[in-house]
Amino acid sequence: MNKLTMIFGAFLLMFSASVNADGHKVKVGMITTLSGGGSGLGIDVRDGFMLAVKNNKNISVIIKDDQRKPDIAVQIADKMIQSDKVDVLTGIIWSNLAMAVVPATVNQGKFYLSPNAGPSALAGKGCHKNYFNVAWQNDNLHEAAGGYANSAGFKKSFILAPNYPAGKDALTGYKRFFKGELAGEIYTKLGQKDYAAEIAQIRASGADSIFFFLPGGMGIGFMKQFSQSGIKIPVVGPAFSFDQGILKAVGNAALGVKNTSQWSKDIKNKANQKFVADFKSAYGRLPSLYASQGYDTGKLLISAMSKAKIKDTDRFRNELRKADFSSTRGKFKFSKNHHPIQDIYVREVIKEGKILTNKIISVGLKDHSNVYVSECKM
Amino acid sequence: MALILFIEQLLNGIQFGIMLFLISAGLTLIFGVMGLINLAHGSFYMIGAFAASIVAGLTGSFWIALAASLCAAAIAGVLIEVLIIKHLYKRDHLDQVLATFALILLLSEGVRWLFGAFPLYLNIPSSLDGSILLPFNIMYSKYRMFIILIGILIALGLYFLISKTRLGIRIRAGQNDREMISALGVDISKLYTIVFAIGAALAGLAGAMIGAIQSIEVGMGEPVLILAFVVIVIGGIGSIKGAFIGSILVGVTDTIGRVFLPNFLNYFMESSNASSLGSSIGSMLIYILMASVLLLKPSGLFGKSE
Repeated sequence: MNKLTMIFGAFLLMFSASVNADGHKVKVGMITTLSGGGSGLGIDVRDGFMLAVKNNKNISVIIKDDQRKPDIAVQIADKMIQSDKVDVLTGIIWSNLAMAVVPATVNQGKFYLSPNAGPSALAGKGCHKNYFNVAWQNDNLHEAAGGYANSAGFKKSFILAPNYPAGKDALTGYKRFFKGELAGEIYTKLGQKDYAAEIAQIRASGADSIFFFLPGGMGIGFMKQFSQSGIKIPVVGPAFSFDQGILKAVGNAALGVKNTSQWSKDIKNKANQKFVADFKSAYGRLPSLYASQGYDTGKLLISAMSKAKIKDTDRFRNELRKADFSSTRGKFKFSKNHHPIQDIYVREVIKEGKILTNKIISVGLKDHSNVYVSECKM
Repeated sequence: MALILFIEQLLNGIQFGIMLFLISAGLTLIFGVMGLINLAHGSFYMIGAFAASIVAGLTGSFWIALAASLCAAAIAGVLIEVLIIKHLYKRDHLDQVLATFALILLLSEGVRWLFGAFPLYLNIPSSLDGSILLPFNIMYSKYRMFIILIGILIALGLYFLISKTRLGIRIRAGQNDREMISALGVDISKLYTIVFAIGAALAGLAGAMIGAIQSIEVGMGEPVLILAFVVIVIGGIGSIKGAFIGSILVGVTDTIGRVFLPNFLNYFMESSNASSLGSSIGSMLIYILMASVLLLKPSGLFGKSE
């Protein structure tokens, strides 16, 4: 009898313990691009995030592929919120998908931590207390590119980007900092691979430099075709077209190109060195900036979870705001509209042995925030 | 200056058209002879590009890689035709669409499983690097010129094959009356396999040639497939000549529209608005072209009217 009571008691204890632990558990829904064009980006974000939350028993992650289609992303988000009952959503790469998913998600009281897309609409008037961007506001890297163009003495830039929210943010960002005049401004089709027509226009425009934002496979095509065209003017761009995942495909055409990034594998701090080494041993390849963003997103989530329960929404949000984690980028703070305040570096594409990679050459913008803070009423 | 730019863009349009022709020629042949809607045609484009990239990595030769793309796509074509497609000829178009759509998913996932999701690369040979000086002081990429020449050679070759050889006679006969040609003792199933392999090989070659200046990744065939369908609808389903004219028409319309529409709109509005509106309308132009052709000639430019 006594024994039985003890066992019963032990069961009760275990039961209550698990109830207690439940409050610390967080269910994460990750919607990202894992198939088709641009899947390299989603895979890197996923791998970075999963590396960060590995061995953390309180986090469970559901991963779904959005195929880079807004309608599919919305369906997945609805299902994750309504039937899987996730607490936090994350993962979206593309700004047009983020615009379709994020507002509805945060309005239903869920948190959204963006590991990549940072459209201006969600930083300004559309900002929300439950929306945090761990990567950058879309304009940021392009602003740094504009700043770099001034210091490199460019006077007449030809600028191009795809016709979607992030593309518009990109050109706006560059123009905000670039003091010279524009030789031309083109919006290309999202997913376009052939740039013969655009390159002919660049040749005819008399530009002294090119700024372009063409993430994923788009940039590979552009760089290869541009280097074959025989036009010899310098190129600057954000890190997206010169990142680890695609440098190999671009090949030597990328050598020497200056690009701007909030992260680089040669940033010297403990968190970053550990991240680069762990990522290499876990996946057998060098991490990209997308992987670093996914990783930081995971670390941010863990930092808030260690201080507050997810059900205690207000406290949890406050802990997120503090950004009390060691970022791979070194210094990291959130601005009032929940976007990073961070250094943006200028990198150059170099060859390390046989591998193309990036090296930091200077700090482009120090403690850089974003211009939309004042528009955000939060 | 403006004229030179225009001619250069015209060449770009023609080059784009030639590439579309290589894909749509196979598509239209397969539809014309077998009556099969093959959505998986874009997968051969992808297979060709992947094969070329891998063979170039092993041998270091672009030319062997091109040959490999032809062979790999043709072999894949034969395998898929014999194993799967063969059973679809007698089914209706809905079954064909469903089955070949499933094939797209299978092939894409298979390629991703084998080679990963990160883009591969294929470099053009140094003999085709850089540009050449054409008359009127036009600088044009050697490699794109090479694509145009290869495309024209293939178009001539196909013309010769269809109009002058025994195989061509059978293909034309197959288009006209399938039952009759098999009643005359022609091994129709072998003919189907050959036609399917030719179509697949051409798409594979296009994939390799384009892969060298773009990126080689999973799913690269699907956007091109949509354009190829636009081409064969404009040109008339089943007609090689229609596919050629349709390709050039689509290529030139798309390129010229994309470039000159924003410039034209610039006269009326502020430059960044003009650029974004112009490129939006520019990307619709080929569909507008298709709609207008269908309005005037419902079975396409060179299609047989029902």
